[in-house]
Amino acid sequence: MAISFTLNGKSQSVEVDPQMPLLWVLRDTLNMTGTKFGCGMALCGACTVHINGEAARSCITPISAVSGKQITTIEGLSADGNHPVQQAWIEIDVPQCGYCQCGQIMSAAALLAKKASPSDAEIDDFMSGNICRCGTYQRIRKAIHRAAEIRSAQGKSA
Amino acid sequence: MSTLLLDRREFLKAGTVAGAGLLIGFHLNAAAAKDPAEEQEKKTPNPFNAWVHISPDNRVTLILEKSEMGQGIMTAVPMILAEELCVDWKTVKVEQALTDPAIYNHGTGGSGSVSGCWLPMRQAGAAAREMLVAAAAARWNVNPNTCVAQDGGVLHGSRKNFLSYGELAADAAKQPIPNLKTVPLKNSDNFTIVGHEMPRWEARAKTDGTAKFGIDSRVDGMQFAVVARCPVFGGKVKSFDAAKAKAVAGVREVFAIEPVEQGAFTAGGVAIVADNSWAAMQGRKALQVEWELGPHASESSETLRKQFLENAAKPGKPVRSDGDADATIAAAGKKVEATYEFPFAAHATMEPMNCTVHIRPDSAEAWVPTQAPQWAMDVIAGVSKLPKEKITVHTTLMGGGFGRRYMGDFVMEAAQISKVTGKPVMALWTREDDMQHDFYRPASYHRFSGALDEKGGLAAWKHFQTSTSIDAMWSAKGEQHPENSEFATATFIPYQTPNYRVEYTLAKSGVPRAWWRSVEHSTSGFVVECFVDELAAAAGTDPLEFRLRLIGGDRKIPDFTNPKEGKPLDTARLKGVLKLAADKAGWGSPLPSGVARGIAGYYSFESYTAAVAEVSVKNGTVKIHRLVYAVDCGRPVNPEGIRAQVEGAAIYGLSAALHDAITINGGRVVQTNFNDYQMPRIAETPRTEIHIVPSTEEPTGIGEPGLPVVAASVCNAIYSVAKKRIRRLPIRSEDLA
Repeated sequence: MAISFTLNGKSQSVEVDPQMPLLWVLRDTLNMTGTKFGCGMALCGACTVHINGEAARSCITPISAVSGKQITTIEGLSADGNHPVQQAWIEIDVPQCGYCQCGQIMSAAALLAKKASPSDAEIDDFMSGNICRCGTYQRIRKAIHRAAEIRSAQGKSA
Repeated sequence: MSTLLLDRREFLKAGTVAGAGLLIGFHLNAAAAKDPAEEQEKKTPNPFNAWVHISPDNRVTLILEKSEMGQGIMTAVPMILAEELCVDWKTVKVEQALTDPAIYNHGTGGSGSVSGCWLPMRQAGAAAREMLVAAAAARWNVNPNTCVAQDGGVLHGSRKNFLSYGELAADAAKQPIPNLKTVPLKNSDNFTIVGHEMPRWEARAKTDGTAKFGIDSRVDGMQFAVVARCPVFGGKVKSFDAAKAKAVAGVREVFAIEPVEQGAFTAGGVAIVADNSWAAMQGRKALQVEWELGPHASESSETLRKQFLENAAKPGKPVRSDGDADATIAAAGKKVEATYEFPFAAHATMEPMNCTVHIRPDSAEAWVPTQAPQWAMDVIAGVSKLPKEKITVHTTLMGGGFGRRYMGDFVMEAAQISKVTGKPVMALWTREDDMQHDFYRPASYHRFSGALDEKGGLAAWKHFQTSTSIDAMWSAKGEQHPENSEFATATFIPYQTPNYRVEYTLAKSGVPRAWWRSVEHSTSGFVVECFVDELAAAAGTDPLEFRLRLIGGDRKIPDFTNPKEGKPLDTARLKGVLKLAADKAGWGSPLPSGVARGIAGYYSFESYTAAVAEVSVKNGTVKIHRLVYAVDCGRPVNPEGIRAQVEGAAIYGLSAALHDAITINGGRVVQTNFNDYQMPRIAETPRTEIHIVPSTEEPTGIGEPGLPVVAASVCNAIYSVAKKRIRRLPIRSEDLA
């Protein structure tokens, strides 16, 4: 049975086991590998995507649960890789190995969509589900503040 | 199938080197390749084939022989090449070299890439530059000495005589290759790239999802496999029934693969090959398998601890013995005793192990997230029985390495599976596989005793260790000298004493061990720097002042563990980082009530690090407010990369201090995933400052040296604020109460 949803603004339909997690549909069925596998149990956040604008762990989300929903992955976060969070990530030189960073960026973008200028405590709270084994946390915090500035400057110029 | 899959010479050589960091460094460090046979094997390659590709339209691509696992080597090493080549860093591209051990020193580990590549990359860049200059001089029919390389071209006299590298490259590649030993190198005063802040070259690809890690390899017709391994180390498949696994939609094949001990240490098991990763995992859940548990099924953390205590009750094998420590301690008026304990620790790279291999009848190709591409090639050659010339190994980006990806096990399994199916296959590990089938940082137990003389000097220092040695597992020589991989700087501490004794006893274990970020330094740094802090407290002296006094005057202390190849410890540089960290942290200045500082300084991977931690203890938990580091890793090649590495090593070290414990029960690992093997998270991250000592010494390691001091500085601060000595890691709330 085909399951249909909107993926990065385009309609998408897949015929897979309805229990198959969105993560594996993205990675193995659609070859969209920006969303990463880290733990398979929603413990590390590497697989974070947006479902109807909310940060969600794709590794525990059965594909049947996203039928009719809007999915955004790292590939669709911005047209040209210039989302304020992506800009800030490059400016602050956040990534090391980079494996967790797509998930970190998706979480950070979801945070900023809710809270234009989060405090350190709000960042720590919202980002607590994303593990970075390289230990880039200090830069992540800094980059989220920077992304908030970029976003607010864009808002003013718009 | 239990064949020797590594080049024996390479493997034995690995086993003969003291210290795992050096072991790893051996493959990559051109300067360290002491074996004359190997020196001869590597001919001087044409730099335009090996290192520098220049297109007629001036696109410059620099080839990287090392593997990028987050340590920033894809930036730092090409920076060195670009500096000598005289090109604009902003315009270059960096590409990963295809595996070719005849040309390249691929192995990436032991914090040795920048130090190992420093001279060879300068020479290669300078050789290419001189060949471009020679080509221009020939074109103009002038003396090459009247030409200069600058801004990606060659200039002779006025600006109108300028030829871009793109115009010259084809001719330059045909010029005689200069003697690398005499090729002129740039004066460091004129460096415009080395020593300057450079952002990570591949940062953009790591923010938009386009960066390709091993797990992102996609090949036409590929399949995905997982392996059911015996959860007990040393166990094997007794029998299995594939029917239910094969009934899972998408599962294509189910078959046994043999364990391979030599050169790979795989567990063997049952491979489930499917159309996608999920189907393979579902197939594995459905598989019915009976295991032969093997000889280690009764091992547990308790039995290992019992072994540690039994070993510690007896004298160990003398590793170092200056004077008479035992007699001095027995007669001493002021003595201090302490024991320290560490569990096994897992690497937990964010990208789980994986490898994609396609073995065809006449050739093979592989996409491997590996620190050791040459080893991956050996493994695939062994399984496929193909000559290495027929094997193409692509090194991909790695989602973390930390030593785990120096191994050949995950390559072996993928090769074994593709050998059977004849198709391209990714053998993928789940987090549970990764947690339960790692090569762990050894568990160890240390007993210290020390004596102070009347003047507060160190009358004696005795260090006994028993551990599940790394070397004991990897070679026959290592079995005879298991201590060689377990002490590092702990056999040549900078604290002067006439009576210095180090002893060791091997503890037997079936748990696989190998190199975890900073290897034995992770524990040696902790025990040495905590015990000296205990002595300082006993002497009633400020911990910084005590350290500086015991280190004493400027001198160079030979590397006792590895006297031939190890660089001596320069006490002036060690004191330098201790003083700098203390100064930047405001050592001695008042702090808010309930917060205190601790310090540690240490020498590892030829670099010097010191850290000052500010911590508080409340309700059985420790909070780290601030970390101030000083690092001296010789000439800083990319200061921004150095800071990132030290920030990261601090968090990795904190994970061992605060969380990491792999426990064993029934011969298997108890922990399964990030729910029971916790990682530090963003809220636990202290404010961290890194101060880099300016230096013109040769560059040395930085991927690991930030680690050994962090737990010691934190635990010394805990003593300062709570008067509790933490003598086992991870820190437990009952030890703080």
